[in-house]
Amino acid sequence: MAGLKELKTRIDSVKSTQKITSAMKMVAASRLRRAQEAAEAARPFAERMERMIAGMVEGLGSTEGAPPLLVGTGRDEVHLLVAMTSDRGLCGGFNASIVRSVRQQIAELESIGKTVKVLCVGRKARDQLRRDHGDKIVDTFEDIGRTAVTLEDARKVTARIVELFDAGEFDVCTVTYNRFVSAMTQIVTPQQVIPVSIEDEAGGEEAASGVIPAATEFEPDDDVILKVLLPKNLEVQILHGLLESNASEHGARMSAMDNATRNAGEMIDALSLQFNRTRQAKITSELIEIISGAEAV
Amino acid sequence: MADSAADKVDFDLVTPLNLVASEEVDMVVVPGGAGDFGVLPGHAPLISTVRPGVVEVHQGGSVTSRIFVEGGFAEANAERCTVLADAAQLVDEIDAGAASRRLDAAKEAAGSAGDDGKAAAETELRIAEALVLAAGAGGDVH
Repeated sequence: MAGLKELKTRIDSVKSTQKITSAMKMVAASRLRRAQEAAEAARPFAERMERMIAGMVEGLGSTEGAPPLLVGTGRDEVHLLVAMTSDRGLCGGFNASIVRSVRQQIAELESIGKTVKVLCVGRKARDQLRRDHGDKIVDTFEDIGRTAVTLEDARKVTARIVELFDAGEFDVCTVTYNRFVSAMTQIVTPQQVIPVSIEDEAGGEEAASGVIPAATEFEPDDDVILKVLLPKNLEVQILHGLLESNASEHGARMSAMDNATRNAGEMIDALSLQFNRTRQAKITSELIEIISGAEAV
Repeated sequence: MADSAADKVDFDLVTPLNLVASEEVDMVVVPGGAGDFGVLPGHAPLISTVRPGVVEVHQGGSVTSRIFVEGGFAEANAERCTVLADAAQLVDEIDAGAASRRLDAAKEAAGSAGDDGKAAAETELRIAEALVLAAGAGGDVH
């Protein structure tokens, strides 16, 4: 049985761990609130942007001659997967679930003969994918959303994606991020951003032949607008992903640290019990020694 | 909804970071890329770029709020006018000093920018010029 001194040391060390985890939980909780507000505030823009693009596609009627950002390159040989993770750990399964999903996507795409490239957002994706998919990583972004996700962060990532796309480095781009549901639940969401996936695109094309498309006017003209609108749309989708991911990270960290704090509490209880039992046993055995010594005289 | 749609425009102004305004208004004047345009109920469907400038909200024959936008897009149809702005702030809240400092910085950047940053520097210069104009005129840019 462990000695009293060792037990005391262990209890103290678990106690100080508990202090740290509970402090981290508090910090995550306050950051979560801000991140969640930011994510919610960004939703209306993304929704209206989507509606506007859907309207434009409908207005165009045919997708012929439309910019590649909208309709793609016409091939789907090379896929770019954007993995959104955090820079720091201690947030439960947050990063692991993204990496698992990306690995699965890589395996699926490669099994049907596609080429895969990976763009990492956050150090964790790079660190975990480097071992087995190091050759596929084209770039890594760090320090995204350290204090709060800004438009500049989204612009940096988007600029890189557009640069790669313009250079013909890939045909299809899919972003994988954690969609924030609650502090307990985050859903891994792969979302295709290039070409733009409009839910009822197939239905829309069918309908276009029968129904007269809305006679929308474009100022200055549709080509110019699409040329500016599409990169902006990509930027907004990336921003949306980053904000959701940021809120999810803090949510995941909060639950992970809550669990850790509780586990530490249980451990302290168990160790204290053991400590008290050991101390009692020691006292008892000392008493027995004294009594039997007195009897022997 | 059906009643209000007949004589009001459902006006939304959003930026990527927040919803700036969402209200039913009589008319809204938007600084379009090819000139200012007013949106009244029953407007023909229109999608336009927006240049840096001031969006004016009209209620009952007078301007109730002026909002500076840094460019973006606007979509209008019979019931709705949606402005998707890169950034926005109320004209009353513009700090004239900060605006002119931004203009000075933008001028300097535009003068020294290389080929790569030239487009971005010129965009920033146009935004700063419009901002100073909006601040100086108290939003009355017409």
